Amino acid sequence: METVFALASGPGIAAIAVIRVTGPAAASAVAALTGRAVPAPRRASQRRLIDATGHVLDEALVLWFPGPASATGEDLAELHCHGSRAVVDGVLAALAAVPGCTAAEPGEFTRRAFLNGKLDLVKVEALGDLLTAETEAQRHQALGAFGGGLSALADTWRRSLATALALVEATIDWADEDVPQDVSPEVRQRIDQVAVSMAEALAGQAAAMRLRDGYEVVLIGAPNAGKSTLLNAVAGHEAAITAAEPGTTRDFVEVSLSLDGLPVTLVDTAGLRSGDDVGAVEATGIARTLTRAAAADLRLFLDAPDAPLPGEAAALWHDGDLSVAVKGDLMPRVGAVSAVTGAGLPELRRTVAGILGERASRASSVISLRQRGVVGAAAEALARATSQGETELLAEELRAALAALEHLTGRTSPDDVLAEVFGRFCLGK
Amino acid sequence: MKQQHGEGVVVVGGGHAGLEAALASARLGVPTTLVTLRPDRIGEMSCNPAVGGLGKGHLVREVDALGGALGSIADAAGIQFRLLNRRKGPAVRGPRAQCDRALFRSKAQALLAGSPVQVIAAEVIDLAVEGGRVVGVETDAGRIDAAAVVLTTGTFLGGVVHIGHQRHAAGRMGEAAASRLSARLREAAFAMGRLKTGTPARLRRGSIDFTALQPQPGDDDPVFLSFATRAPATSQVPCHITHTNPATHDVIRAHLRDSAMYSGGISGPGPRYCPSIEDKVTRFAEREAHQIFLEPEGLTTDLIYPNGVSTSLPADVQVAFLRTIRGLEAVEIAQPGYAIEYDYVDPRTLGPSLQHREIAGLYLAGQINGTTGYEEAAAQGLFAGANAALAVCDAPPLQVGRADGYIGVMIDDLVSQGVTEPYRMFTSRAEFRLRLRIDNADQRLTALAIHRGLVTGRAAEAFEAKMARLDTVREGLRALSLSPKQAAALGIAVNDDGQRRDGMALLALPDVTLAQLTPAAPDLATADAGTAELLQIEARYDTYVARQDADIARLSADDALPLNPDLAFHALAGLSAELRDKLAAVRPHTVGAARRIEGMTPAALLLVMAASERRTRKSA
Repeated sequence: METVFALASGPGIAAIAVIRVTGPAAASAVAALTGRAVPAPRRASQRRLIDATGHVLDEALVLWFPGPASATGEDLAELHCHGSRAVVDGVLAALAAVPGCTAAEPGEFTRRAFLNGKLDLVKVEALGDLLTAETEAQRHQALGAFGGGLSALADTWRRSLATALALVEATIDWADEDVPQDVSPEVRQRIDQVAVSMAEALAGQAAAMRLRDGYEVVLIGAPNAGKSTLLNAVAGHEAAITAAEPGTTRDFVEVSLSLDGLPVTLVDTAGLRSGDDVGAVEATGIARTLTRAAAADLRLFLDAPDAPLPGEAAALWHDGDLSVAVKGDLMPRVGAVSAVTGAGLPELRRTVAGILGERASRASSVISLRQRGVVGAAAEALARATSQGETELLAEELRAALAALEHLTGRTSPDDVLAEVFGRFCLGK
Repeated sequence: MKQQHGEGVVVVGGGHAGLEAALASARLGVPTTLVTLRPDRIGEMSCNPAVGGLGKGHLVREVDALGGALGSIADAAGIQFRLLNRRKGPAVRGPRAQCDRALFRSKAQALLAGSPVQVIAAEVIDLAVEGGRVVGVETDAGRIDAAAVVLTTGTFLGGVVHIGHQRHAAGRMGEAAASRLSARLREAAFAMGRLKTGTPARLRRGSIDFTALQPQPGDDDPVFLSFATRAPATSQVPCHITHTNPATHDVIRAHLRDSAMYSGGISGPGPRYCPSIEDKVTRFAEREAHQIFLEPEGLTTDLIYPNGVSTSLPADVQVAFLRTIRGLEAVEIAQPGYAIEYDYVDPRTLGPSLQHREIAGLYLAGQINGTTGYEEAAAQGLFAGANAALAVCDAPPLQVGRADGYIGVMIDDLVSQGVTEPYRMFTSRAEFRLRLRIDNADQRLTALAIHRGLVTGRAAEAFEAKMARLDTVREGLRALSLSPKQAAALGIAVNDDGQRRDGMALLALPDVTLAQLTPAAPDLATADAGTAELLQIEARYDTYVARQDADIARLSADDALPLNPDLAFHALAGLSAELRDKLAAVRPHTVGAARRIEGMTPAALLLVMAASERRTRKSA
């Protein structure tokens, strides 16, 4: 049984994120991330999480539940980390790098609990509903405007690889017959095409993750530039506290909204300023703003003549970011926005939606970490296949690639491959 | 082995399944009776005179490893040996023997005569069943009591032979069908279906011009079907190769409406991998030639088997199309080709020991289960015969998993997926193909056979000695630990990555031999050539085989999880209609069987499991 992990708390931003690891390698996963043995069973212990290069990911609470007295019946660890996306992504990536650990299937934890007799009837009922809902959601995703039919893409991979495998199997099982002796050019061509397509899908997956979790747009400006006011105006309600006192917003204020159907989280940040009068608390807020802004998908730099940005803001600028002229009611300029009169707001929304929409259209349909793992495993098998000269080992790698894709496309049975063989060649005596 | 039921095993049928079933049962010390219509035809090769090949050769090696007879009989009757895929990897090489039909039959009958099996000539017309348990068989000569019955009736159940528009009831050419038994089984509500297969005409050797044809000799260093065979027992002969041509195809196309298979005279589906020449010409119309192997039926017989032109055209059309073929311009046929339709019992009514799920003590093996081929029949026969005898002795049944042998693959495919055409083994059916090799069939199965009493005496000792030799050298290899520099000193180039490698890892590298490693471990020098070759093969696949360990663990876990037999697959919400249909058709008994259904996803499987669990808990 392999060891699997997943974010147990919902996706998106939360104060605390809970990541669970279950399976025989759970203890070694904890050891790999904490550099220490597992803590005492069922007691919350504080641990520093590090990745394979020794880079610190987070300070987390680690709980250890040795099997079978755990929720899944197996060794199980819970990592309670800070809820930022960077931390969660970092911890998940570090777990994926632990030998024997893979991202869980949807419902995998429940499945294991079920297999190990840890679920009562009510939960088994709920499991059926959950899976039905999941299947439904996946169907919608496949049909959705952006989901871009991962299933459809995976199915083209599956069909091409099944044909390649059929060609190889024909030369193995019908050694005595008039199979065209050299099927290798077509086999090679199919493997190469699928490998390229998989690589493209994997490269585009970061953008696709945003489709699921939402895009993050950060407002950057000097204190009192009107960030909170703008946030409220765009979001349409009083989400942030607004006040004339500079430095009011020291923690992040976030509003989730939908811009032209794209999920967007708009983040208000501490105003950027420097000087001797910046206190320790405010300095911390500014530092966190810089980090958050750097990780965001899009930054809006507020241009307010009465509150100019300090020099360090320039370092945050990425290609494609926007400069927004604010306080248009007080200081009229071309294209200026006024949160008070609402002038320019629809245009700003459209511009932001346009930029994000353009990125979304490039999004690959490979969306979850689990799917990334599946496609990655298939791509690795294909890479091994291309360097493989021996027929039966080439077939083995093609089988491994198809087995990995099983999670997306369903099983490819030997009968499928045989049907392909018989459809293509006149075989048998 | 102590027998507790007071009566023995009755095997019905004297083909390859029946022969192995009876011999296996008798080897386990259980009184065994073989009932057949024609004792003089026991061990008949009713189709082509060859044993083995790809997948099939693997099955024969496994039968041999389990103490069965097919390999040694075929070797003793072998007039040409070829190892198929000799240039491909050892996992996909298949030994094949062309056999002298008469010699094969006499070896088979001699083996039976030298065993304690009692042979009775009679037609079995009914099963005697009391309280859900078989208690004997009714024959036209009276009742025979039995504690267990193995049915191996081949194509004889409701067999109908077709040649053109003519048809007649027959088990095979010239022999009566077992129609009464078939009718009884249908009445007894056995789930039955109909299949068909075909065979070509038999040609007179003297009427063929071999000088015009390409000979195909056997291998110079033959590889045999049995582990025990050391040399051919008779003189060796070549086969010859010829081809059909457009003129042949014209004759066939002009008479398609006269073909039993194309005129609608036959309802059962035929096998895709054994197409008639009518099929080949129709489905692959663009092909201008199809290959034909002219296989001698024996050293002394006048008959030639033209492998590749199975047909159900009228006899005169058969002669006409054959005479368009190079070398066959003046050919004469001794017996026309024909198609045969027969009844089979849906193998999904059987459990994994090949025992009927509802009638205790009744075992089915061979073509009655929808398979084709001597090898498939023999493997099932041995398995069913052994399990019948073990059950009589109150011993647990023999179990061979999909990761342990082609026998396990076949039986699982049959009892969990059923058949839609005659089932034939291919290596591509085995998901663990790299570990299911002909070289290690004994390593995989003989220990089990010894443990269960199927292999005893000298054969068991020889096996133990072979394993001891292998273990010694294997341990020596595993104990080696060489740096890249040390390997280089032995003339073995590896990546200079600082990794130490053991002997198996080094032996897995292309062109590295055991002899190269002996300076580092002088004990390895004691290895004989056979041991060295086996370890070389093992090393080649070592990493691949290890990679599959997790899959195998999961397989056994899933196969051990039963699904509720009353589960209404059609009513499962959340599954695609296609998957629901497949589940409803296959009706998997275990999670493992459900997992192997085409199109199954892990999420869908979980849904099935949850539904099964719900159903079980509700009815509890």
